[in-house]
Amino acid sequence: MTKVAVQFTLNDEEQNEFVDSGSTLLAVLRGKLGLYSTKAGCHQGSCGACTVIIDGEPRLSCLTLAQRCTGRMITTIEGLTRDGALHPLQQAFMEGFAAQCGFCTPGMILAAKSLLDRNQSPSRDDVIDAISGNICRCTGYEPIIAAVLAAAEQMRAEMKKSA
Amino acid sequence: MAKKRGRGMAAVNYPTGMNLGGDPSQALVHATTTGSFIVTLSSVDLGQGLKTVMAQICAETLGVPTENVIIDTADTDTGPHCMGTFASRGTHRIGNAIIMAAKEAKSVMLEVAAEELEVDSGDLQTDGAGNIHVKGSPQKSISVFNTALAAHFKHGKTISGRGIFLQPRSYPEPETGKMTPATCYAHACTVAEVEVDTETGEVRVLSLKSAYEVGRALNPRMVEQQIIGGAWMGLSHALYETTEPYYPDRSHGPVDFNQYLMPGPGDLPEFENVVIERPAADGPYGAKGVGEMTANSPIPAIANAIFDAVGVRVDSLPITPEKVLRGIQALNARAPY
Repeated sequence: MTKVAVQFTLNDEEQNEFVDSGSTLLAVLRGKLGLYSTKAGCHQGSCGACTVIIDGEPRLSCLTLAQRCTGRMITTIEGLTRDGALHPLQQAFMEGFAAQCGFCTPGMILAAKSLLDRNQSPSRDDVIDAISGNICRCTGYEPIIAAVLAAAEQMRAEMKKSA
Repeated sequence: MAKKRGRGMAAVNYPTGMNLGGDPSQALVHATTTGSFIVTLSSVDLGQGLKTVMAQICAETLGVPTENVIIDTADTDTGPHCMGTFASRGTHRIGNAIIMAAKEAKSVMLEVAAEELEVDSGDLQTDGAGNIHVKGSPQKSISVFNTALAAHFKHGKTISGRGIFLQPRSYPEPETGKMTPATCYAHACTVAEVEVDTETGEVRVLSLKSAYEVGRALNPRMVEQQIIGGAWMGLSHALYETTEPYYPDRSHGPVDFNQYLMPGPGDLPEFENVVIERPAADGPYGAKGVGEMTANSPIPAIANAIFDAVGVRVDSLPITPEKVLRGIQALNARAPY
């Protein structure tokens, strides 16, 4: 199969890879870069488990061709932890018991992060809208919605403190 | 045409574990050289939090910090036997096995500590923070860490224990059919409130309010997790999920998440839960199983609420708009208005 060169920024690091043309970003993240936290669920864009952030937008990596990612900024769940400190969303998910089996968690958190980066004071409906493309079988969604709202509040408080 | 509201309730008595030729689970507990405790199991954590609760049970029995307990569920080929994580049996069966194993390990640990402190092991107790001391005189103490080192390198002892919980097979009495198929029973009651659109047959669940009697909630936040997750799943079974929407033609069955319907975060009702604790005599620290039952009572509660709202009794799941609408039409045909 033809190999194509892709160059993108992944979690603030430059990545240069030769990948099979037509391979998805999901396949490259998991198969080539060994970043298994991006989950492979349905491979057809209906479960949201593979959600990553591309240039600020939540995107389904199973439907995104790797070669279309050249020049883009990609964030996976591995990119959220800074110097060992959890992102407020990760902390809120943990404290709010918003994960059970954990399979949907990386996608959920990235979909939520993309929302909070755009909207610091989301309503409950904003949160529901942001995670509506992500399927969860265990939690009943309620703890996830509560965790995202709690993280937003925490992030606003931190911003106030540093201002 | 209108939106009509109704309220329904349902209760469930749910057996903990099962009984098909006996229901055993085993656990092995041993200390490392530095006083961490490994619990070896063949049981599986499916995400319900088994590892957390098992660590709590072992730590409580030993009297050591929970973070000093490691749950190893690595391998069902080489681990001690377990029937499995199903039938809401995990906390009860495996928890009881761990208590038995931890008690045996603790008695060895106290024997070693007694020799080190030159006292009688019966006078010793653990403080839950990593130390063993003489009852009533906490200054006469040795750490679990040093006790484990001494056991390994001075006394030649393994701080270890074996545990099993077996619910023996129960045969029915030929005369009456009476048998003991399970151990303790957990109980719950759910009240559902729904709104039914009489034009489209669509049902919206407005609230699911439940009371659960779970013996003892060993990890209250996780019990709450189970109850909310289960209520959602019950709602899903009641109104959405089916592998055969156009039975008997299976070729119409759903093959992916676009066709297999489930409620999303926008379809949630208001949840309200009350947990009642009446410790079970045979449960680990009084706990009963609270896994599967959480998806049970919401289903008939929703069905009853729909009946209350529009007088339609649907007796097959899921209760789709089509079934509700056909029911409403049948009622209207009988008593036209």
